[in-house]
Amino acid sequence: MSATPLLELRGIDKSFGPVQVLRNVDFAVHPGEVTALVGDNGAGKSTLVKCISGIYPTDGGEFFFEGQPVSVSNPRDASALGIEVVYQDLALCDNLDIVQNMFLGREKRNGIVLDEATMEQMAGETLDGLSVRTVKSLRQHVSSLSGGQRQTVAIAKAVLWNSKVVILDEPTAALGVAQTAQVLELVRRLADRGLAVVLISHNMNDVFAVSDRIAALYLGRMVAQVKTTDINHSQIVELITAGRSGDLGLPAENGAENSAEQSITVTPGADR
Amino acid sequence: MSVTTTPPVGNERVPVATRTVGEHVRDYVARLRGGDLGALPAVLGLVVLCTVFSIVRPAFFSAGNFANLFTQGAAVTLIAMGLVFVLLLGEIDLSAGFASGVCAAVLAVLVTLHGYPWYVALLAAIATGTVIGFVLGFLVAKIGIPSFVVTLAAFLAFQGVVLLLIEGGKNISVRDDALVAIANRNLPPTLGWLLAAIGVGGYAAVQLLRHRKRSARGLITDPIGIVFARIGALAVIVGVAVYILNVERSINTLISSLKGVPIVVPIIVVLLVVWTFVLQRTAYGRHVYAVGGNKEAARRAGINVDRIRISVFVICSSMAAVGGIVAASRSNSVDANTGGSNVLLYAVGAAVIGGTSLFGGKGRILDAILGGAVVAVIDNGMALMNASSGVKFTVTGLVLLLAAGVDALSRRRAAATGNR
Repeated sequence: MSATPLLELRGIDKSFGPVQVLRNVDFAVHPGEVTALVGDNGAGKSTLVKCISGIYPTDGGEFFFEGQPVSVSNPRDASALGIEVVYQDLALCDNLDIVQNMFLGREKRNGIVLDEATMEQMAGETLDGLSVRTVKSLRQHVSSLSGGQRQTVAIAKAVLWNSKVVILDEPTAALGVAQTAQVLELVRRLADRGLAVVLISHNMNDVFAVSDRIAALYLGRMVAQVKTTDINHSQIVELITAGRSGDLGLPAENGAENSAEQSITVTPGADR
Repeated sequence: MSVTTTPPVGNERVPVATRTVGEHVRDYVARLRGGDLGALPAVLGLVVLCTVFSIVRPAFFSAGNFANLFTQGAAVTLIAMGLVFVLLLGEIDLSAGFASGVCAAVLAVLVTLHGYPWYVALLAAIATGTVIGFVLGFLVAKIGIPSFVVTLAAFLAFQGVVLLLIEGGKNISVRDDALVAIANRNLPPTLGWLLAAIGVGGYAAVQLLRHRKRSARGLITDPIGIVFARIGALAVIVGVAVYILNVERSINTLISSLKGVPIVVPIIVVLLVVWTFVLQRTAYGRHVYAVGGNKEAARRAGINVDRIRISVFVICSSMAAVGGIVAASRSNSVDANTGGSNVLLYAVGAAVIGGTSLFGGKGRILDAILGGAVVAVIDNGMALMNASSGVKFTVTGLVLLLAAGVDALSRRRAAATGNR
């Protein structure tokens, strides 16, 4: 584990009109680790991801990348920093092949002519580097791929550009058991290659299988960001559903007597 | 339920460097069975139609009629080539026929009534098409009116514009030598052979260079045997066609000589090469396919979807203008019916019969030519059989329906087998 997080958000606020969706959220992502972002529906996971990827502007808070303060005001800024998001619906074109999809919008060219050979080579190397052996041909149309293979292509597309942070939104939601295992293995390999991976998931088995840290959002607040080894399944479920679990999470409402224990929690918000 | 099983996970490397001819053929058969029919229906249809017409009417299989086919089908084929772009996005342009009429009318008015040189009129006609396409595309992409409605309105309006331009039911003749030559004159036989040699040689060079470059980098290549077979097939087809077209077609050679490749043929071939290059080898073409396949994915990939949507209408209407010019040249005149009646439906039919999908995302420029050939053969063969217009329209309608049916069924099969 490295000392400085690769990506760090401090005190992020975000409102849509009168509704405050994110309140003073702190979030840190470390290279070489899988950080699971969990939370119930409406907890603000997607909003947080969209703030990171520059789709939504934030109302307040600071954004640090490799220790330096940066501003991310649109998706291009995020890509330039090396932040890539793999959305749940993958956004692949069925009528194009794997190489064409991986380079879509960022094609390599010689003059005005597409440089197919270079693109095919780079795509092959990227898939090889991720130890992907499940695709038959790089010139296969995406429509002929299984759900797991599509997810693989979408992830490979995200890492093709020497990205440093890859955010995966529910990558296993629509997959069967075997394919889920393949994708989780791939997620683990990304982190082992030194990337910082953020995994959004509802599936606690997946979270415990691959993540190094777990960050739990509850009603727009980051209630805990802890090492996976320091927490168990039922504690996480309590954090997601009630916002606290024993020492972890939000202070109890009557809570003065809890303040002693709070000082030892790992809650980012506890140092206020 | 499929008999084939997926290979077990983990025992295959990504790039398989070389493939044998057998593997290539097996792949092709597998693609066909998977519903990816490509140009096969159009080619089969063409063979069947030609055989039937040749048996029923031996006159069909003559050099004179062969040359006629090209000039008869040229305008529709050119319009269909433009329509392929619009169809690739899953849109439709119903106004392409009368857009060609408007452009032809502009040409005739400028050259005949105002006496401008032919090249000025030609450029003005194509520019008119470009402007028409931009307006249509703007209404579809920026305002958000469905293309069906926009182009249906334009279909009606352009019919009126043609009438206004030629001031009622008048018939404006086009007598300019250069313009008349486009669809009515032939290349000298030697020039025909020269162009054929350049075309086949260029194709061979491109194919062999690509094969060498790809195999040098260790990428999957088509087997060299298949590459040579393709080049050979093209050489044979082009050679036979040029040979037949260079045969004397005049009944009485003392009065006039009639031989050579019609000038419109190299025009179509050049446009075929240019547009195929644009679609297959440039980022723009890749983006057209991407928008046709998944608009949202294209948007997220940073592609300016609106610009692509406008551009295909610009290309379509500009190609319609070229079609209109050829039509005006062929009939030496422009009247209220230029680009009207069956022209649009023949053009849409040509693109679809050739294998372009009405659902977007799939199609090639070559489709327009193959489909245009089928439409021209039906039209021509039925005329030789003295079939009435009623029979002709009915048969063409049925063929279009058949092609759309093949498209829909192959698409369903493709979805079932997870192929495209």
